[in-house]
Amino acid sequence: MSFTPSPPPFSGSQLGCIRGGRVVFAGLSFQVTPGDALVLLGPNGSGKSSLLRVMAGLLKPATGRLAWGEQAVAEEPELHAARTHYVGHHDAVKPVLSVAENLRFWARLHEPHAGRAAESVETALDRFGLAHLKDIPGKMLSAGQKRRTNLARLLAAPSPLWLLDEPTTALDKRSIAELERVFAEHRGQGGMVVLSTHMDVALPGAKTLHLDEFSVEEEDET
Amino acid sequence: MIRFLEVVRRDLRLALRQGSDSIMVVTFFVLTVVLFPFGIGPESGILERVSAGILWVTALLASLLSLDRLFQADYEDGSLELLVLTPTSLGIVVAAKVVAHWLTTGLPLLLAAPILAVLLHMNADGFGVLMLTMLIGTPILSLVGAIGAALVLGARRGGVLLSLLILPLYVPVLIFGVGAIDAAVQARSAEPHLLILAGLLAAALPLAPWAAAAALRQALE
Repeated sequence: MSFTPSPPPFSGSQLGCIRGGRVVFAGLSFQVTPGDALVLLGPNGSGKSSLLRVMAGLLKPATGRLAWGEQAVAEEPELHAARTHYVGHHDAVKPVLSVAENLRFWARLHEPHAGRAAESVETALDRFGLAHLKDIPGKMLSAGQKRRTNLARLLAAPSPLWLLDEPTTALDKRSIAELERVFAEHRGQGGMVVLSTHMDVALPGAKTLHLDEFSVEEEDET
Repeated sequence: MIRFLEVVRRDLRLALRQGSDSIMVVTFFVLTVVLFPFGIGPESGILERVSAGILWVTALLASLLSLDRLFQADYEDGSLELLVLTPTSLGIVVAAKVVAHWLTTGLPLLLAAPILAVLLHMNADGFGVLMLTMLIGTPILSLVGAIGAALVLGARRGGVLLSLLILPLYVPVLIFGVGAIDAAVQARSAEPHLLILAGLLAAALPLAPWAAAAALRQALE
């Protein structure tokens, strides 16, 4: 399955972000085209998470503009939400719901056509090695299993743009390898991946963005 | 609409499995009301006179108890970020959460109220209106409470702050809720009070989810 018609490029121009009175980054521009991957690099606090939250629409950029093709993202937040998957630091796994229930809920919320969601939930669980855990409540899961449950959302409901904030945290080597294959397939179908990471994730042909280049030196107030 | 029902179903399932919130709210309601005959004395005349006030004040406090969990759990485990990013208006998601909150806390209060009214020797003429005011009034509590719950997200001692914010806003519901019951007991028409309550509900229904949604966005920034 691939995205038809092929999605337009996702881009940002002259983005700036202010957090707690401090300029995190300024004058940042990027472009991701279908099949592309963009890796955000930079030390702690350089704004990788902030940039991903800006891209997802959780945070309004202080300056600049995000665009989907020619269309400004800020003008159509619901459409942007429908074409985006955001994976943040928290796994959003409810302790009293089973793995399948957790995943099914997010899948249906993203793509309400239940019939398709149910089927894709099964494949997503299989893909991330969760099939044998699907009736286990969230509170019994290890950190890595929770993360995999969260990542399974990517496959349970299709969306062209994936925004992932350190998706490899708590994952073992086998799961990382599987995630790399999932990324490759997604890009093969014309999807886009933006992720921040400290670990090496194999993303052949991925562009990189060093966030420390866009940091602003604090002026001394003397 | 499917998304709305999906969120309601999920929150009901969560409440059912965790179980504690509804039971806690009703238990608090019953226990507190039962305290009044001990404090005031068993003279039925006095109890009868204040029964409507006691029931409504206690219902307000009981519903307040459960409010700080309305968004807090979702906020802590990251679900709220994903709910905000749902491809629909955030107001609809908030409305769904409020409906689930009412079903798990407002509805049990409504069901417990007539039993407690008997305990307080409330005049039987007031029972029907008591149920009506509860039916119109408790959804307002959940709706207005949702704004407060969204505003205090992430604040330290949010629960205390929430009561300070929300209790003053509950005053109109209290006044007209008690007013309607008193009117019915004194064989006057309760209709004006009930109409004003219904008007409050009609205003809160569209405005509260919208305001709470704005507060949630702010909390996540």
